[in-house]
Parts: sequence; structure tokens; C-alpha cells
Amino acid sequence: MVWEETRFIMNRAKQSGCSLSLRRLRELIVMVLTFAFTASALVAGHTIARAAPAVKGTDVISIPIVYVKEQRKRLPPLSLLDYPPDNEGIAGAELAIDDNNTTGRFLKQDFSLEMISSPKRDDLIEGVVAKAKAGVGFFVVDVSAETLLALSDALKDLPAVLFNAGAPDQNLRESECRFNVKHTAASYAMLTDSLAQYLAWKQWRKIVLVSGPQPEDKLYVQSLKRSLKRFGLKLLAEKQFEYQPGSHRTDGGYEQVQKQIPTFTQGLPEYDVLLVADEAHQFGDYFAYRTWNARPVAGTHGLYATTWHPASELWGASQFQNRFNRKAGRHMKPLDYAAWMAVRSIGEAATRTGSSDPKTLIEYMLSDNFELAAFKGQKLTYRPWNAQLRQPIFMATPKLHVTVSPQPGFLHRITVLDTLGIDQPETECTAFN
Amino acid sequence: MKAVCQNALTCLFVSYALITATLPAHAFKAFVSNEKDNTISVIDTKSMKVIHTIKVGQRPRGIMLAKDDTWLLICTSDDNRIEVYDAKTYEFIKNLPSGPDPELFALHPSGNPLYIANEDDNIVTVVNIDTGRIIAEVPVGVEPEGMGVSPDGRYVVNTSETTNMAHFIDTKTNETVANILVDNRPRVAQFTSDGKQLWVSAEIGGTVTIIDADKKVAIHKISFAIPGINADAIQPVGIRINKAGTKAFVALGPANRIAVIDAKTFKVEKYILVGQRVWNLAFTPDEKLILTTNGTSNDVTVVDVKKQRAFKSITVGRYPWGIVIANH
Repeated sequence: MVWEETRFIMNRAKQSGCSLSLRRLRELIVMVLTFAFTASALVAGHTIARAAPAVKGTDVISIPIVYVKEQRKRLPPLSLLDYPPDNEGIAGAELAIDDNNTTGRFLKQDFSLEMISSPKRDDLIEGVVAKAKAGVGFFVVDVSAETLLALSDALKDLPAVLFNAGAPDQNLRESECRFNVKHTAASYAMLTDSLAQYLAWKQWRKIVLVSGPQPEDKLYVQSLKRSLKRFGLKLLAEKQFEYQPGSHRTDGGYEQVQKQIPTFTQGLPEYDVLLVADEAHQFGDYFAYRTWNARPVAGTHGLYATTWHPASELWGASQFQNRFNRKAGRHMKPLDYAAWMAVRSIGEAATRTGSSDPKTLIEYMLSDNFELAAFKGQKLTYRPWNAQLRQPIFMATPKLHVTVSPQPGFLHRITVLDTLGIDQPETECTAFN
Repeated sequence: MKAVCQNALTCLFVSYALITATLPAHAFKAFVSNEKDNTISVIDTKSMKVIHTIKVGQRPRGIMLAKDDTWLLICTSDDNRIEVYDAKTYEFIKNLPSGPDPELFALHPSGNPLYIANEDDNIVTVVNIDTGRIIAEVPVGVEPEGMGVSPDGRYVVNTSETTNMAHFIDTKTNETVANILVDNRPRVAQFTSDGKQLWVSAEIGGTVTIIDADKKVAIHKISFAIPGINADAIQPVGIRINKAGTKAFVALGPANRIAVIDAKTFKVEKYILVGQRVWNLAFTPDEKLILTTNGTSNDVTVVDVKKQRAFKSITVGRYPWGIVIANH
């Protein structure tokens, strides 16, 4: 009722001649009214001049989704621009809930989102199991690999599925793959293969590597070495970078780094590209334009692989970026995008099956019929052997994408998207057989 | 030697005469929106040349003719308005309000009003093209794009790219009366000339759904398969059906081809290779030619409808998007 009246006022005001400012005013009024207005699914569209029929609450089916966040202590990143926002991840899920409900209102389906957030693994497990027992079938998670496996074990006998939106760990897709886990985040192998394919396409084959001491850095290096070998690139030398975290916060510091990086890279053999493996954002940003040789930097910094770039306008993404920016008040990050894809997967399954039953939707998402449109130019599907979402991956600089992998010329029997990551004939995962 | 040359020359001359003899004698004007150049290329279909370039607003996409082909209307998406030009003199006439980010629009067959899809706001804006007033706003699905209007003017159909639905809007009440699920990322909605069917292309789904316009249910789905072309590259966008309702032509995006379909049996008869990333297409008013807009090769391909053969490419501006052909 309130909504119709608002629109009526808006239209009258528009007819009297104002235009642009009305849009802002409308948004403001909507925001204010949303607090007092409980959303219900609508069956038919509105007219301006008369009230639309009220929604029938009883035949609207509910599809609840829970976002799970493990609060982790992280070293402060080198760049101020890399501090993760508080709502990283869940903002993407929230946008997808809105998108799902815009279809849902025509199909009498109502999607809702709740959050469980804690630094303690046990608290997360307890919360998730309680929700699953109460009937929630879908959990979008931003947790460490160990926590993900613990959650998967805890949910083993329940009709529920976990969407991994944040962990790139390869073992989750391989030896530790689980039937109740799907991955919308890219794996390390997909990211490093995207990079290696582009370097191969460029014929920049001579590589040197600088890696950091963190466990995640080592995982990245492991994957990178596999990709370099796979795509015929030569690793000529490797060096470890040591650092004291926190020392870059001083007011000065560039004078020393300016000398330190050239000295560090002086002895390296003649190479085409220097790769950095710095998942913790502690030194990677130091290398571009400071190395001894005038050669590009790539890897976790410099030219990097990412599932989403906030400046992408490819494949109709402009509207998507705008909707997210308006809703979250900031640019979309890969974690937001992965969470969005997870919630949209559930929405897509609900749309095509007309059901809200978790078992039915989970089954549909495992079937050959499932496909997701996600502003990547082609339909995205989950790999049947380990439920990893296949997707094109950007190679980018912070401002703009440079290219999208898979690169032209890399062929595949079934889909070129499977040239990124560990392919079916090579996989250790048997959970989905 | 001389005799051979003479014969060859005669052959050439005769062939040339034959080819030109089969070319349509009529000159029509084709208007092509160049999304990146912010211009409209005007092509003379007799000389097959670009005869004029109109400078317009930012990001021109949807394009149509009104008032007996004398007005050219363009959705300048980044300027958030419709621009109106004289289709004969190319002079600017006026702007029309459109709601934010207009991409495609459809004109009621009576000549008014104009229904515009606002991609950013999930609404269809209804505008009176004479007075320039916004009459109504109809909420639809996420990212509305395709707009089709039934020949009797009773329904306007809007497709939503993320909701994956075709919404039937009753033009008397401006209310949505039916919402039909189609495949992923529907783009274009096109009625047959008898108003009995609505054809909707699904770009990511890779199919065209045929909807019974009376019963408002999907009755058929056309899939495409091109030997040697990856199925993911077959992305149907533009649809045009001839007036007799016997043949339909669908632009298939990065498959670089248009499909020729028997509109009665829904069978795909042929694929015609055109330029790169073909999104939209238009008949000349005599339906002898089809011109296609090839976004990433920056050109327009001319196809002989009867022979089902492409025979010319015309370079236009960057990222040609929409095309409409005037009866003069």
C-alpha cells in the first residue's frame, strides 16, 4: 500500500515537470520507508493510479540462505586500498537475494539471508548445524579450508550444501573434495593457469619467482610451478623474500625499498617476467618498477588473476556493477562476486524447478541442465566431478582488465574453460562418482 | 589467347550485368547505431555506401523510426534519454525523457506511446512522444532489455536479462498480466505480424523460445548447432520474421552467423556467415535484403534473402549495435 502511494506521488511530481532530482528523492523515500515496510512477494505489477492487489502471504514459499564468515586475523596489507571492507562477501550475497526476489516475486518465492560470523570454528559449526536442522539447505561460506572441511563433516547427513566463496585451496577440489561442497571461488590452479596461458600467448617464457614465507604463499607457488610446467614456461630462478611485518607502516620507507628491491633482484638471470607469490599482501606491491631489470611483474601482484574486476564492463556488466555500487556503497570484490554467484545458483535452481525443497534444488544444481548467467559472456556450469564452477578469469591490473583467460589457441575436447584448473582425467576427487 | 580473354571479358560483363540486374532497384535508407562512436551511420541500400554520419549522444543503442519513417529515435543510454532526429534531413528535433539507462524501446502501433526498457532500474517507462511526458512506470524483472509490441497494440512485452522472463504488459492498464520463464539472458522479443506468436531469444541459454501470444505459454524452443562452432559461442540476439510469417532470421552473436528458420515448422534451414558478433538485423521494406550489425568487426553485412547468401560488407562506426531501415 505504501509503495503504491509513493509511486503515485512520484508520478504526479514527474508530470509537473521535474525529472532527475526525482530519482534521488524516490530512492531516499524508499530507503526511509523500507524500515517500516516488510517486504512481501508480489504477484502482479503495479499501476500508478490505483492500488495493486496485496500479496497473499500464505502461498509464498520461503527459501532461507545463511552466510557464514570466519573472522580471521590478517596482517595489514601493504596498500591502504587492500583493506577488506567489513561487509566483504555478504554484500554480494545481499545483492543476489534482491536479484532472486525480483524473479521470485513473479513465482511466489521469497529468498532471505542471515549471517553467522565468529572467530571460533566451533561456534560456526554449532550455528550452521542448528540452522541445517531447522531446515536451511544452503550455506555460503567465507572460511578457511580446515573450517570448511569441518563444516562439511558436520553437515554430512543433512540435506544441505556449502558454497565455498573464499578458499582457493586446491585440496578442497581434489583429495579433500566433498559431495556437499560446491565452489564458486576459483581454485589456485585456475588462477595460475590463467596467468601461465597468457604468458605463453605472449611468448614471455623465461620466468623468475620471488616467494613469501606464509603458508598461503607456498600453496600459490606449488600451483604456479605446476602451471608453468603445463604451459611450457621456464622457471630460471627462485628467491625467498624475508620481511618484518609492520615495518612498512612508518612515515618514510620508500627510500629504503627503492634500494632494497634492485639489490634483491640484481643477481637474477636474464628473464622475461618476474612472478611474485605474496598472498598476504606484504611485499608484492613493492616489485613493479623497482626491479633491477626493466621487466614486468606478475603473479599475486602486478598482472594478477581474478574472477572479478570492479572495472569490467564486458558482457553487460555495467548494470551489475552499478547495482552493486549503489547497494554496497563500494566496488565489487571477488569474494562478493563468488557469494553472488552462489546465491544466484540457488535462485536459478528454484526458478527452473519451481521448488524450495533443498534436496530438489541441490539435485538440480548437480544435473546437466543447470547453467548460470554471470556476466562472463557464456553460461557457467559446475564441473560434474568436483562441483567447481567453471568460469573465464580476468588477468588484470588494479585499474583495468588486460585480458580474459582461457587464451585463444588452447583447445579442449569438452569446453575450453576446463583448460583452467585440474581437469577431469587428472583429478583425485572421487566423491561425486 | 585474345579469344580466351575476349570470352572471359564477356563472361565477366554478362555476370556483372546479371548480378546488378538482380539487385533491388529501390534505394532505402538504413540507420545503424554505433555504440562506441556515438554516431549513426546512414547507408543507401542501392549504392551500398554510407552516405552520412549523424553525431548523436552517448552510447546509442536501440534505434527505431516513427511518424511514417520521418522521425529517427535513438536510445542514448549513457545520456539517459531518447534523441529524436529528422530521418530525411538528419537534423536534431528534440529529446524525450526515458528513465535511466534506456537500451531498447517499442512504439505502440498507433504511433504513441513509446515503451522504454530501463536497464539499470528494473522498470519500463511509458512516454508520450508528442508531449514528451512520462505516462507511467511499470516494474519488471532485473535488467529489462527486450521490448516487443503486439501488432494489435494490446500487449507490450519486456524481457528481463537476469530474471530470465518475458513479461506481458497490458497496454490499457500498464499492468503485467503474464510472466513467462525463458532460457538464460533473454534479449529480444519479436511478435509475428499476425500477432499470434512471440519469439524470444536467450543469449546465454542459446535458444529461441516461441510463445503462444493468446494462451501466454511457451510452445516451442529452437536450439542451434553449427558444425565446428563451440555451442557456447551460439548466442541468439536479434530476431526478424517476414510479414508472411514463413521465414525467421536470428542473429547468433559470436557464432558470426545468422540462422534462417522455417517459421512454420521451426526448423533451422541454413546458417549464413556474416561479420563478427552479429547482434541485430533488419529487413529492407521490400524484404529483399537483410542487413546485419556486426559489433566486433565494425561492419554491416548485406544478405540476399531469396538466395540466402551474404554478398557485401559495409564498414560503419565502432561496435555497430542496432539497425532500422526507412521506406525512403
